[in-house]
Amino acid sequence: MKAVSFNFEIHQPFRLKRYRFFDIGNDHYYYDDFLNDDIVTRIAQQSYIPAAETLLRMVNDTKGAFRFSISLTGAAIEQFEQYVPEFIDILRKLADTGKVEFLATPYAHSLASLYDPEEFQEQTKVLCDKLYSLFGQKPKVFRNTELIYSDDIAPQIYAMGFKGSLTEGAKHILGWKSPDYIYSAASAPKLKLLLKNDKLSDDIAFRFSDSNWDAYPLTADKYMDWIASTPAEEQIINICLNLETFGAMQPASSGIFQFLEALPRFANERGIEFWTPTEAISKLKAVDSLAVVHPISGADEARDVSAWCGNQLQREALDKLYSAGERVRLCTDRRLKQDWWYLQGSDHFYYMSTKHFSEGHANFSPYESPYSAFTNYMNVLADFLVRVDEQYPLSVDNEELNSLLKTIRNQESEIAELTREKESMSKSLAQYNIEHNNRKEAAEAPAKPRGRKACATKEAKPKATKKKAE
Amino acid sequence: MKALMFGWEFPPHILGGLGTASYGLTRGMSRCGNMDITFVIPKPWGDEDRSFANIIGTSQVPVAWRDVSRDYVEQRIGKLMDPELYFRLRDHIYADFNYMRTNDLGCIEFSGRYPDNLLEEINNYSITAGVIARTLDFDIIHAHDWLCYPAGIHAKQVTGKPLVIHVHATDYDRSRGNVNPTVFNIERDGMIHADHIITVSNLTRQTVIDKYGIDPSKVTTVHNAVVPLSQELLDVEVTKPKEKVVTFLGRITMQKGPEYFVEAAAKVLKNNHNVRFVMAGSGDMMEKMIDLAAARGIADRFHFPGFQKGKQVYEMLKASDVYIMPSVSEPFGISPLEAMQMGCPSIISKQSGCAEILNHVIKTDYWDIDAMADAINAIISYPALYKSLREEGLAEVAQITWEKAGQKVIDIYNKVLQNY
Repeated sequence: MKAVSFNFEIHQPFRLKRYRFFDIGNDHYYYDDFLNDDIVTRIAQQSYIPAAETLLRMVNDTKGAFRFSISLTGAAIEQFEQYVPEFIDILRKLADTGKVEFLATPYAHSLASLYDPEEFQEQTKVLCDKLYSLFGQKPKVFRNTELIYSDDIAPQIYAMGFKGSLTEGAKHILGWKSPDYIYSAASAPKLKLLLKNDKLSDDIAFRFSDSNWDAYPLTADKYMDWIASTPAEEQIINICLNLETFGAMQPASSGIFQFLEALPRFANERGIEFWTPTEAISKLKAVDSLAVVHPISGADEARDVSAWCGNQLQREALDKLYSAGERVRLCTDRRLKQDWWYLQGSDHFYYMSTKHFSEGHANFSPYESPYSAFTNYMNVLADFLVRVDEQYPLSVDNEELNSLLKTIRNQESEIAELTREKESMSKSLAQYNIEHNNRKEAAEAPAKPRGRKACATKEAKPKATKKKAE
Repeated sequence: MKALMFGWEFPPHILGGLGTASYGLTRGMSRCGNMDITFVIPKPWGDEDRSFANIIGTSQVPVAWRDVSRDYVEQRIGKLMDPELYFRLRDHIYADFNYMRTNDLGCIEFSGRYPDNLLEEINNYSITAGVIARTLDFDIIHAHDWLCYPAGIHAKQVTGKPLVIHVHATDYDRSRGNVNPTVFNIERDGMIHADHIITVSNLTRQTVIDKYGIDPSKVTTVHNAVVPLSQELLDVEVTKPKEKVVTFLGRITMQKGPEYFVEAAAKVLKNNHNVRFVMAGSGDMMEKMIDLAAARGIADRFHFPGFQKGKQVYEMLKASDVYIMPSVSEPFGISPLEAMQMGCPSIISKQSGCAEILNHVIKTDYWDIDAMADAINAIISYPALYKSLREEGLAEVAQITWEKAGQKVIDIYNKVLQNY
């Protein structure tokens, strides 16, 4: 028995508008709505919607034998709600089939797992709530931003109640081992790890329409042959793809949709099943534990996190951003919180990478160079920090602030309690008045049982006033 | 391979970027090995570095026969030219130029600068080039910039050897489009006669193709490079002012876009007072710029120290936090590379040729004063950006060597000779 687990990622960052230093303190809106609308709508039309429709058809045609997981970031959901709500409807239909699992991920597609554990937890929770409200599903498996994972992160994932996590099958971690097994986390033995099969994932994502590739053209038949020919003991093959692969990275004209749609038939011929990550971790046992000292990710040749925090520009921006974390979490201003999330998107830092000036990195960047990406981001961040500072001045120490806030919150709850008490007092007072009137009436028209009742309330009266005095 | 090069300037006596580039390229080529280069300039001073090229000054080349003794020649021009060569050259005078103003050795005097009678000097240069070409043995002719094109053409016509011309700038760059027809004609004439044209950037290559109507297949770009700075220059000591310093260094002329720098400075100073601006250099727009700075009310923070030379340039760069070159049209622009060598982050206009090869600089459009102001502010306010540009810039500029450029030129020579 062999199974394939398809995992599709959907993410769109909130791209920033050109923000000059003289806007700092004057303009508090940071996003390029036109660009975001343009990109999100275009990719949705080109890729997300046709791909999701294809997947829905596949699930229905196979009567649920074809199943998969989707991970969706909050930033993407918000933009879909705004620009292409019809895509959310298709996702709902997918969720309704019961064969599609939604994975948890940090809401803002952030690097909080590396910089701010508390934030990491909060964002994951917010996303889970969001998914529940949209699709009625509570995620059970976690997939971190860009598959980032390390021994430090594993216990946090487990503590949030996830039984499994998806991450990169990085060669420098695995060595001779195969990614096609379930592993357990060294630092949290009960957390099961699903590892991305790089080769088979990239065959679709990057090589599919490359006519120089010796396996070109790739057919579903051939692809399933490759999977079937892996050693029999290797039971679970995790394919992680950006949903954009279908229709955007590989254009529709390359036949990528037909390839996708043909997969279940050829899998069926070879007795290969499709599992969701939850099925995989419940059906299989971990074969070994995996220690990951330095964080890994799915990016670049190095499979580390240097694409986001590899140079000093990126580190400076991240340090400055997360230095405000505690303060932002203290505040209740919704707009500030929203900006806080949008500014955490890992994409902003990716644009600042100077690793491959000539290739790759520049492709998705709306900026001309990493330096203009940094300048723009830092200008925005400067304004954001000014706003945070206005709410909670830096001159006040965080701990002091915390205790002050605690006092304020305690006062709030105390006031609430007192108000509640006061209300019950006035209620009982009103009750007393009514009964007092009743008694008067009763005294005017004497009747024994009533008189006794009035006596009881009369006894209660001094007690109530006493309480009021307290 | 033997190359005969015609140039106008040669360090240490230089007036612009042409001399620096000629020097660097010649040295780079000689280091690639198997190159024998003769470099002709109008007026040598005797203190040029002759270790990698034979330098001939046209002001020592006889064009009229004089009966002089060896000792006399030795005494007159011995430190500039081997008397042996003088006599060899004298044997190849091809016409009677006695009607011209010649000196006791039968030579024409050259200023070696850019005098008002520049066209006359160019013509004289071409006359002497005829004598040199007839005397020496070489495989290829290489002429640097329009001043030397007539000499190159002359040498080609006399010897039948192929001509390569090196376009360091065109008149379109110098005049923002209002070309001088005489200069244009000399330039175009050179390009038509050339067997191959080397341009210092793709930007210039495009100008040569579009504006001069030259066949693209005979135009190749070889980007300029920089000579590593000596330790002495790297270690110059300066006292940095309290404020951040933003520097513009170059001729204050229309081509260099100085007014955009003043406008950007005014924008920066509106929000950030901890900064001073320096416009070093001289030129026909200097007074206008002083007026403009005063009109914007920033004269107290905007300084004009005048023309800087030699070591002063490096002191200036060392004291600066940002170097800016807002050129409207710059064929290459070597100065940002020098700033980077001194560890000073640079902002350059996209309309400059060096933008094609530099990554670790900030590039803006020359007219986009908002972007320029933003970039200045970012470098002086975000230490990580400053540090990154500084360190990465140093590493990047160290990779841009004249040896690589020289090898490309040699490859072009080989190609030309093969097809000739």
